[in-house]
Amino acid sequence: MTKVSMTVNGKPASGEAEGRTLLSSFLREELELTGTHVGCDTSQCGACVVHVNGVAVKSCTMLAIEAEGAEVATIEGQAAADGTLNTVQQAFQDHHGLQCGFCTPGMVMSATALLKDNPKPSEQEIREYLEGNLCRCTGYHNIVKAIMAASGQDVSAIAAE
Amino acid sequence: MYNFEVEQPTSVADAVAALGEEEAQALGGGQTLIPTLKQRLASPSKLVSLSGIAEMQGMSADAGVLSIGGGTAHATVAAGTAASYPALAALAGNIGDPAVRNRGTIGGSLANNDPAACYPAAALASGATIVTNAREIAADDYFDGLFTTALEEGEIVTQVRFPVPEVANYQKFVQPASRFALVGVFVAKYPDGVRVAVTGASEDGVFRWSEAEAALSANFNADALEGLSLSPDGMMADLHGTKAYRAHLISVLTKRAVAAAG
Repeated sequence: MTKVSMTVNGKPASGEAEGRTLLSSFLREELELTGTHVGCDTSQCGACVVHVNGVAVKSCTMLAIEAEGAEVATIEGQAAADGTLNTVQQAFQDHHGLQCGFCTPGMVMSATALLKDNPKPSEQEIREYLEGNLCRCTGYHNIVKAIMAASGQDVSAIAAE
Repeated sequence: MYNFEVEQPTSVADAVAALGEEEAQALGGGQTLIPTLKQRLASPSKLVSLSGIAEMQGMSADAGVLSIGGGTAHATVAAGTAASYPALAALAGNIGDPAVRNRGTIGGSLANNDPAACYPAAALASGATIVTNAREIAADDYFDGLFTTALEEGEIVTQVRFPVPEVANYQKFVQPASRFALVGVFVAKYPDGVRVAVTGASEDGVFRWSEAEAALSANFNADALEGLSLSPDGMMADLHGTKAYRAHLISVLTKRAVAAAG
């Protein structure tokens, strides 16, 4: 076992990892941040998306040891300390951008990464960006709508009212 | 996943030394290797992570040649080559999905040589030079069949040098579940001729379509490809597409690439 230290949601965090320990396992089992979900464990579904040094990655397809010293952001760090949801989270709630909620942590983290690079994405750009995030409730329309709303754009034109 | 040690060198020399150990394997972005390890299809005793090696990162353009560090992520290539080599930027920006593009690297893709990967088509069509810690290998001598390359044990792709073409285009018929190419065709026009490389189709991995190259070198127009076709023999077949379907797609995508390249 190796001691691994990183900054998670702005706070120093450390724990023990084997060589094979995935970042997703480390976050969930060592740091007890179980908001990061593991849906498929084959890097298809994107439920495990977190940000490492500012970019979205699939935490089930990165070794914990590789995140040594990194700045990691997870779903737990998105709301304010008093529980107030951030803009993206609030938009998901307002537009019913979730059904069972399992994919939501990854959807929110991917959406946040998209809006950082592209503050006013088109509907097409949002759908393309979510290529690696699967919602098996197939609730994509409202997820896209929520992201459009979070970017301050009109959502009335989005399909499947 | 079986357990393994992880070493994180910060120089190519240290990485090569670490890879000298028996059963050590290089880890690029891990977007193929980690899923492979999970399935227990590989069991290295040690992984040598290349992601902390600064000299393998980044891009530079000089005298018509674009050089990309082997450890550069697809997303970085997509953002950084939009002006210098737009067809390559478009290819890099359509590999996998955004999160995969933030981790996966050009060197890892070329070392793995998946028969449906995108980068091998770009490297072969561009007549790129694959630079390793030990030597320089021409793309024509590098790809050697399914998941096989000219790389020796422990050899690392440190840089890839692309001669920038006059015009180029990559057409990828996406296999929507895997995001790999069901078939992909990269066409690149240079002053001394046109090169056409095909991925996703052949049982032998990426290859050049020399008949199309000759026709397009004489007349760079999609009409020049009328009547040209490839035999389905030797094409891959799976539930997503038969041999004949893939052979047909090659002609269609080559025409589209030429039309799009202008």
